[in-house]
Amino acid sequence: MTETILSVHNISKQFGGIHAVSNVSFDVKRGEILGLIGPNGSGKSTLFNCILGQLKPSAGHCEIDGRPTDGVRPADLSLMGVGRTFQQLSVFPKMTVLDNVLLSGQEHEGSMLSRLFGPGDAGLTKKAEQLIEFFRLTPYRDTEAGSLSYGQQKLVDAAMAFMAGPGIVLLDEPAGGVNLTMLTHLKDRLMTYNREHGTTFVVIEHNMEFVMSLCTRIIVLAEGELIAEGTPEEVRSNQTVIDAYLGG
Amino acid sequence: MNPFKLLLLAVGLVALFVAPIGQGNYIIYTLNSWLLFSIAAMGLNLTLGYAGQVSLAQAGFMGIGAYVTALMTLAGIHWIFAAVLAISSCFLVGLMLGYPALRVQHHFLAFVTLAFNTLLFLVLRNEEEMTGGSLGLVGMPRPDIFGLSTGGNLQFYYFTLVCFVCAAGVMWWILRSPWGRAFMALRENPIRAESLGLKVRRQTLLAFAIGSAFGGLAGAIQAPLVQFIEPHSFGLIHSLKLLLMVVVGGSGFFFGPMLGAAVVILLPEVLRFTEGYYLIIYSALVIVLMAYSPGGLIGLGQKLFDKFRPKQQARHDLKQGVQL
Repeated sequence: MTETILSVHNISKQFGGIHAVSNVSFDVKRGEILGLIGPNGSGKSTLFNCILGQLKPSAGHCEIDGRPTDGVRPADLSLMGVGRTFQQLSVFPKMTVLDNVLLSGQEHEGSMLSRLFGPGDAGLTKKAEQLIEFFRLTPYRDTEAGSLSYGQQKLVDAAMAFMAGPGIVLLDEPAGGVNLTMLTHLKDRLMTYNREHGTTFVVIEHNMEFVMSLCTRIIVLAEGELIAEGTPEEVRSNQTVIDAYLGG
Repeated sequence: MNPFKLLLLAVGLVALFVAPIGQGNYIIYTLNSWLLFSIAAMGLNLTLGYAGQVSLAQAGFMGIGAYVTALMTLAGIHWIFAAVLAISSCFLVGLMLGYPALRVQHHFLAFVTLAFNTLLFLVLRNEEEMTGGSLGLVGMPRPDIFGLSTGGNLQFYYFTLVCFVCAAGVMWWILRSPWGRAFMALRENPIRAESLGLKVRRQTLLAFAIGSAFGGLAGAIQAPLVQFIEPHSFGLIHSLKLLLMVVVGGSGFFFGPMLGAAVVILLPEVLRFTEGYYLIIYSALVIVLMAYSPGGLIGLGQKLFDKFRPKQQARHDLKQGVQL
């Protein structure tokens, strides 16, 4: 098993004449929490979608565990051990919290036929309940996910991303719209999960306080280019980053 | 399933068993129609209610099932083999009809399936040598099943009831399995579902194929029940009727199609005493229901249940002591 789990090689993405991402390269080491930050329109989400195979890069390629992700469908990426969350809430609102989490793991268990003829929970209830407990959602186990508060749904979303035991999880603005109390709780859970399971995280985030206290390394994008990379302290004091954010 | 639900189920089955006893042929025929339309609506409920794929072709699949069964049983082949072929044919055609659903959704998909139903109607009407054209096919025999005759109306009702219970059992099994959860995920958020490893293309095709197979079974029962089939029995209007059954009963609820079929098949009979006004009353009731409860009758029942449920509930988060 190599130390690098995700490699981004010279990724560029153009939309017509607009260069959304220009020649970005970086590696993500197994077990680290990498933050991806930048002002609005800096190309973070475009880069994210290129990594996840939802956008075809104009140039360059990505590898997860040494396997190229070009043209790989999202379902196959998930089966390769890549979890993700979305910027917008993306739980299944009419399903219970337990069903949301069960669904997130069931496609990784057994065959198509065993999922029809086997147990209704694909043998995953215990694992799902442990994850629900980990995110302190046990009281809502049988509640429809859509009826939970925004912050609670963010936790369900995170639990779903972890259910299949991915090696790497890409979190798209996990702190967006979440209140301070819930944010502290979410950060604590993510850090604990990373410590206990060694799962790698790549986090896109606008909330500087959240990202600086969660991540071990940060990459900064501005106008589609990688302008800085380093520890939170290094990035915080980097003049190029300050200029990019303040428009200097 | 808790004991109360089991008891309700047992009561329901007993009611279905005793319902035709002492009734005339017309009532027995109406009950029979209700059972077979319930089977077809159950299939549409899987495609539309659970998987969220609009289909206006369910009557077409009943037609395929009915014609395959009629042609085979008229050729002397036993109903069981004919029904197996009818169901398999519908499964395969449903699989093919599912392909457009991979490219188009919602009202566009509705038009694709509508076109399929119309195309099928034209084929049934124009291929006279095989289908009998507008005159249809007559005289399909009612089968003997394991030595038991289904020739009488009451016997055929019990035969249909057994098919209905088996179909409901299969549907329940599918919905309780991870497949059921995957169908619902397809309806609620296919992009998220795919990011969790669900093969959205495969699941969409399965939703169409399985739903269509239920339509095929209903058609396979209709052929020996009516002993006369013709293309108009499977036209677009009947697909809309099946859609109405699913929506009125409660789309995405297990018992929704049964309840919806009861309303669409039995309510006109109940309202017959109003003579010329029954269609007006019937339509008005449907409009009011849809405006007030898009979840259909079962959704309405749930609304009422929630309304009269005790309002004060302990806040889970406070009970846990975490300020979420």
